[in-house]
Amino acid sequence: MSYLESNAKYVPTGLRKLLYLNWPVILLLISVACFGFLMLYSVAGGSPTPWMAPQMKRFGVGMAAMLIVAMVPIWFWRNMAALVYAVALALLVGVEMFGEVGMGAQRWIDLGFMRLQPSELMKIGLVMLLAAYYDWLPLKKTSHPFWVLLPLVFIGLPTMLVLTQPDLGTALLLVFGGATVMFMAGVHWAYFVTVVMAGAGTVYAVLESRGTPWQLLKDYQYRRIDTFLDPSNDPLGSGYHITQAKIALGSGGWTGRGFMQGTQSRLNFLPEKHTDFIFTTLAEEFGFVGASTLLALYALIIFFCVVSALNNRDRFASLVTLGVAMTFFLFFSVNMSMVMGLAPVVGVPLPMVSYGGSAMLVLLVGFGLVQSAHVHRPR
Amino acid sequence: MKRPPKETAESARRIGRRALFVGTAQIALVGVLGWRMRSMQIEQADAYRMLAEENRINMRLIPPARGLVFDRNGVPLAVNEQNYRIVIVREDAGDVDDTLERLARLIQLPPDAVQRAKEEMARRSAFVPVTVAERVAWADVAKVTVNAPALPGITAEVGLSRHYPRGSDTAHVVGYVGPVSDYDLSLMENPDPLMQIPRFQIGKTGVEAKFEEELRGSAGTKRIEVNATGRVMRELDREEGQSGANIQLSVDAELQSYTEARLEGESASVIVIDLDTGDLRTVASAPTFDPNLFVRGISVADWTGLNENKYRPLSAKTVQGAYPPGSTFKMVVALAALESGLVGPEDTEYCPGYTEVGGSRFHCWRRGGHGNVNMHRSMQESCDVYYYEVSQKIGIDRIAEMARKLGIGVDHDVPMSAVSQGVAPDTQWKRDRYGESWRIGDTVNASIGQGYVLATPLQLAIMTARIATGRAVQPRLIKSIDGVETPSGAGEPMGLNENYLRRVRAAMYDVSNAQRGTGFGARIVAEGMQMAGKSGTSQVRRITAEERARGVTSNADLPWERRDHALWVNFAPYDNPRFAVSVVVEHGGGGSSVAAPIARDVTLQALYGGPPPLEAYPSNIRDQIAEDQKRIMNHLARGATPRDRA
Repeated sequence: MSYLESNAKYVPTGLRKLLYLNWPVILLLISVACFGFLMLYSVAGGSPTPWMAPQMKRFGVGMAAMLIVAMVPIWFWRNMAALVYAVALALLVGVEMFGEVGMGAQRWIDLGFMRLQPSELMKIGLVMLLAAYYDWLPLKKTSHPFWVLLPLVFIGLPTMLVLTQPDLGTALLLVFGGATVMFMAGVHWAYFVTVVMAGAGTVYAVLESRGTPWQLLKDYQYRRIDTFLDPSNDPLGSGYHITQAKIALGSGGWTGRGFMQGTQSRLNFLPEKHTDFIFTTLAEEFGFVGASTLLALYALIIFFCVVSALNNRDRFASLVTLGVAMTFFLFFSVNMSMVMGLAPVVGVPLPMVSYGGSAMLVLLVGFGLVQSAHVHRPR
Repeated sequence: MKRPPKETAESARRIGRRALFVGTAQIALVGVLGWRMRSMQIEQADAYRMLAEENRINMRLIPPARGLVFDRNGVPLAVNEQNYRIVIVREDAGDVDDTLERLARLIQLPPDAVQRAKEEMARRSAFVPVTVAERVAWADVAKVTVNAPALPGITAEVGLSRHYPRGSDTAHVVGYVGPVSDYDLSLMENPDPLMQIPRFQIGKTGVEAKFEEELRGSAGTKRIEVNATGRVMRELDREEGQSGANIQLSVDAELQSYTEARLEGESASVIVIDLDTGDLRTVASAPTFDPNLFVRGISVADWTGLNENKYRPLSAKTVQGAYPPGSTFKMVVALAALESGLVGPEDTEYCPGYTEVGGSRFHCWRRGGHGNVNMHRSMQESCDVYYYEVSQKIGIDRIAEMARKLGIGVDHDVPMSAVSQGVAPDTQWKRDRYGESWRIGDTVNASIGQGYVLATPLQLAIMTARIATGRAVQPRLIKSIDGVETPSGAGEPMGLNENYLRRVRAAMYDVSNAQRGTGFGARIVAEGMQMAGKSGTSQVRRITAEERARGVTSNADLPWERRDHALWVNFAPYDNPRFAVSVVVEHGGGGSSVAAPIARDVTLQALYGGPPPLEAYPSNIRDQIAEDQKRIMNHLARGATPRDRA
């Protein structure tokens, strides 16, 4: 009987668990989602279809899933971690073989009732597996080269599969999310310094390989890098998106142009205005006040998660909470950097706001783990 | 798996330290994001706002309605007509080929129209309406509208386009409009932005061209919101432009139409000038053309037909045609002689039928000669020798000066295209032009309006008007612009001796009304309406001595191009002159037999303001005249020249 199980008697049971949920996080998530509903209503030209209504339905389903996950004791999820990871990995392989090609990338499996993006599932699966791994691994061995190599394989396998789709955004999220969990778990500094150095070398190699037979990235990915570095050199080509996004964002000013008054989105100057670039519409219509409010809401979600993790003496619970929070953080920070011209356009949605089922569902399941960890923490 | 609690506590501490580190990094990143938002949304907001406005707002020009052109009585000569177009929008049309095929089955389409529309559609964005057919009949518009469900993307639109209700009758005066060409643009120093509108039409000839600025008006503007693909979303605001000014011509459309009908079959021109105001009541050139052809875009076949026609229908002969004035020039010489003081009104010259000058023999038209003739008789019977002699006495420079005074060889301000100046030659002119000195033979030739002398029908009418009034009558084609009357062309007295003028007029009266006058056959008998005129027959070929010996070939036996020009000028009524008229029939033959009857008919029409009573004509020709009148009236009612029926 583990330490955790021995303390299970302190854990509230049945519906009483609801009172012990991390309510601030839930309320913040609902607020963020409401921002999303408003924006989806707006970019549809003031109509609940085609985006807002389905999004609300999915959010409902996601919240239900989150509560169900939250009700199940955290140690059950620890035991399931390897299975979730294995299923996600199998699905990724499946996508590779049977997936449908959409938008130039092979990303989902059509299950009939919904399109499942295994890469989304993998984001949570990887965090769970790594947390469970470090929960199992004796603390002394954490920095042993062999025990460091193993989690690298866990991260590397799905990353490779995702890159072949190709989905650079998700790959980056997996690498950074996984690395953060390893870092939190206490792997020695030296490894990270080495990796950062190696990363710099890789970036150099990637840039140098362009135009050679062993070119490491696809042409469009290089173009996105070019565009990121200087959007103005191709304002009507691939730089068009980012230029228009910045115009939308900047023209918002202090208080924005008013709900449904954003000319950039309403007149279709914005690309993918309901998915990856939805933040620009929000910033255009609600201005600095709206945009920074959303940023604050996100930051508060991270804050409450970190507080919950620090107050949790259970290693798995703590690491899972931090891992989910980090994944969430990566989502919004990469997306916002991207639309504000601070990062290349890599196709990462704005969590809980962008239109899309898989990402939101998986994130809410992730927050279910956070809630479960919170409810079932040792007292 | 079991772990000692101590290790768990140690693990939690380590996680705490690392989490704080990561948390700090996260806070820093959130700070960067917030700072970036601030700098974009607050510091650079204005710049981005401007870019957003530039993105979405386009300025569009609203073409103004072109000013209308009326005749002196308010009869419309150039109007804007509602023009129904059939347009197709590619993105709404579905299968374009299929839709156009169905349209072609429904209404008559020019064969190349479909092809042209397809090409234009391929060039432009999917939402841009492309014109398939223009000037569609109302019946066809109705057909398209009724069948709208079967013709997706096809709609009927209405716009304004120029129309000339009088058709060919006023073509040379009013001119026509056409789409701006690159050549037009190259001539403009500062092109109106309106010129950028596709198919915008500007005046190409005549009043339409000369008063382009006034008629065009100024463009309105509207600000429209467009989306990323350029589609118009809505109109934000608009500022209406100013319609072009309306122009009233001095021309009398009824008289003009009558004249054109009267000239049917001739290559001729007629000017009727109002002596009180200088108003050009009629500026008729025949044959003529349908200006509406040009507005629609003239076909190659029509263009070639007009351009290669030997009667030059596109030319406004009234102002562009410069002809040797022949005997109509004799008034100029007579007045110059009298004014010089070297020749008295009753001084006579002997006409043996010819005169010898510088070794050449110059003939009078009457081979047997006129005997002793004074000024009066020389004009009445058109004796040439009198003028040969008189001109040698006074010299060419006096003649040229008088010609210019009377309006020949000088510019007149008429807003028509390619106006000719004519020639009133003198010694200086010949030196400048040919680098040769003036010969006495040139003077003799000029004295009967041959040689270097050239005058346009307009100048001949002005000359007659000035003789009739003694004032420097100026032609006035534009009566008013935008309701503002233009200055009268009545003119100031020329300072010529009224006595001499009266003598010349009296001689002209006898040309028409004396038994022996050359214009007696074309006289007017109605009391108080009689005209005073002068015939002219100007050669376009040299008659050799050999031919003269053999007998001069009659005009009828010559090819058209080599026949004499028939000219006539007159004013009427003699007692109280109201109009001056000039008629030039190119290669028409004799002035008194061909040009004078035309002038008589037009003069009577002008004097009576409509068909004159038969009593105005000599009794022996009334039957013939009645028949002619009936023919012309039928012609007018039929609208044989393309024009709208009333």
